[in-house]
Amino acid sequence: MRKDSDVPYTADAPQRPSAEELRARIPGWGADLDPADRPSVPREQFLPTGAHWTLPEDQRPQPGQAERERSIEHGRLTPVYGTSVPLRGLSGVIRRHAYRRYSEARAAHWLLLLGADRVDAVESHLASLLTTRPDNPITQTGIQSELGQGPLRSRFGQHRADSSHHVIDPVLIAGPWVLAGGAAYGALKLLRRRAADRR
Amino acid sequence: MRAMVYRGPYKIRVEEKPKPRVEHPNDAIIRVVMGAVCGSDLHLYHGMMPDTRVGTTFGHEFIGVVDEVGPSVQNLKPGDRVMVPFNVFCGSCYFCARGLYGNCHNVNANATAAGGMYGYSHTAGGYDGGQAEYVRVPFADVGPMVIPDWLDDEDAVMLTDALPTGYFGAQLGSIAEGDAVVVLGAGPVGLFAARSAWLMGAGRVIVVDHLDYRLEMARTFAHAETVNFAEHDDVVVHLKRTTDHLGADVVIDAVGAEADGNFLQHVTAAKLKLQGGSPIALNWAIDAVRKGGTVSVMGAYGPMFSAVKFGDAFNKGLTLRMNQCPVRRQWPRLLEHIQAGHFKPNDIVTHRIPLEHVGEAYHLFSAKLDNIVKPLIVMDPA
Repeated sequence: MRKDSDVPYTADAPQRPSAEELRARIPGWGADLDPADRPSVPREQFLPTGAHWTLPEDQRPQPGQAERERSIEHGRLTPVYGTSVPLRGLSGVIRRHAYRRYSEARAAHWLLLLGADRVDAVESHLASLLTTRPDNPITQTGIQSELGQGPLRSRFGQHRADSSHHVIDPVLIAGPWVLAGGAAYGALKLLRRRAADRR
Repeated sequence: MRAMVYRGPYKIRVEEKPKPRVEHPNDAIIRVVMGAVCGSDLHLYHGMMPDTRVGTTFGHEFIGVVDEVGPSVQNLKPGDRVMVPFNVFCGSCYFCARGLYGNCHNVNANATAAGGMYGYSHTAGGYDGGQAEYVRVPFADVGPMVIPDWLDDEDAVMLTDALPTGYFGAQLGSIAEGDAVVVLGAGPVGLFAARSAWLMGAGRVIVVDHLDYRLEMARTFAHAETVNFAEHDDVVVHLKRTTDHLGADVVIDAVGAEADGNFLQHVTAAKLKLQGGSPIALNWAIDAVRKGGTVSVMGAYGPMFSAVKFGDAFNKGLTLRMNQCPVRRQWPRLLEHIQAGHFKPNDIVTHRIPLEHVGEAYHLFSAKLDNIVKPLIVMDPA
């Protein structure tokens, strides 16, 4: 590399390899050289899409499906929408409030949704304990994939992509469980105290 | 059916779910043959994307066989082998009519800022994804395409997102002959963006990452110069030095929300979710590009605010271009490139993992173990 003092601050464009050199070295070099002949140029263009409707028919609601939440920035419920996981529980109450009250322009909208995601995780973990297949925090993290990858060795003295964050990972992974456990313990304590007071 | 299911941040499992049904006359149900995990799936996996509900199935890169079609479907029939773009789009709204398939107005009730995407939270419409045995595909006459006989399954999966997105990123750079192009990130999108930059006449392509094995693939697959940012106290200074102190003509951000390189930014964004995404790569792009240059953003960011250095972008007179890739617009030309032998998309595939082990695939990919670049999810033959 040249020394800084050798760099000319002039109008000249930097030297580049010739088109011939690049074509010889790289398969397909310059195949899309013409900027006007690229699929996304111009950005907006009318193309056939296969749509045989001007406005799609409305999707049939699922039986028993509650009112579908939507952004208040929409003028109507979109004709088609996903039905992956309908709103439910406390997280559903928070999410519905976020959609009804705040537009996408408001941080409150997104912060409530993120908060509801954390509530959803705790609710779902607790609910899973009442099923034949409770959550398994070990297998669900995929940590077993580290066997054979030097699970300890890779964390010390090597440049592992996620090693700088390991300090906070246990908090994030165990946090909901600790919080849920603490809440359950607190609720039990309160109930026992009330029962004792009544006696 | 068997499906990958999200159970909370960093936790997923495979469980039985009801097989999806036709919910709209133009729906198709696709039996998935092969899928993939995308780097942007990791944002969901890490709990960064608002309104990611427990029970959701991820996966927006998949191919399969048509199992069932709704009554208005004209272009597909059961038994067709199809690839499905990651965009859910109607083909007829104001935006689709103008070719902006990533910005469809008729498919995402939850947000006007985002179009629809398979398996990408309710913020992207609440559609289940293709890391499952079956998936509902809305607007079957618009999105999917029958896979040409000559195209391999693995190459077809690459065409559903990673390759078109990288190719689109290079196009948004408005690359002119001889340009110096810097690509931040040597993941699948960065590798395809770097490879595509040459097609558009780049004179130099420089790929930046901190994982040596990925930089090796940038040298072999993308024919690029490489920079390991972990080896430099200040990678922006290094990039300036290597581009005649002018800066690159074009910088492509192929990193997005979970950029490393600054502990505080990474932790506040990726771990504490206090930003829509860690803006490190975007800020490096703004700093490393020349005045009057173009920054093309392909990395995915969440809808919250991020601490982006906008003043520098203004003072430098930059053009910032970005969008979710309108996949179907890229297919005809990309098929030509593949047929012409300009590149083989599945050269970047490193792992082929059965659906039952999808949790391990996510962990390997998230921790970047076992020299992983692109993991495919392989279904058992029906």
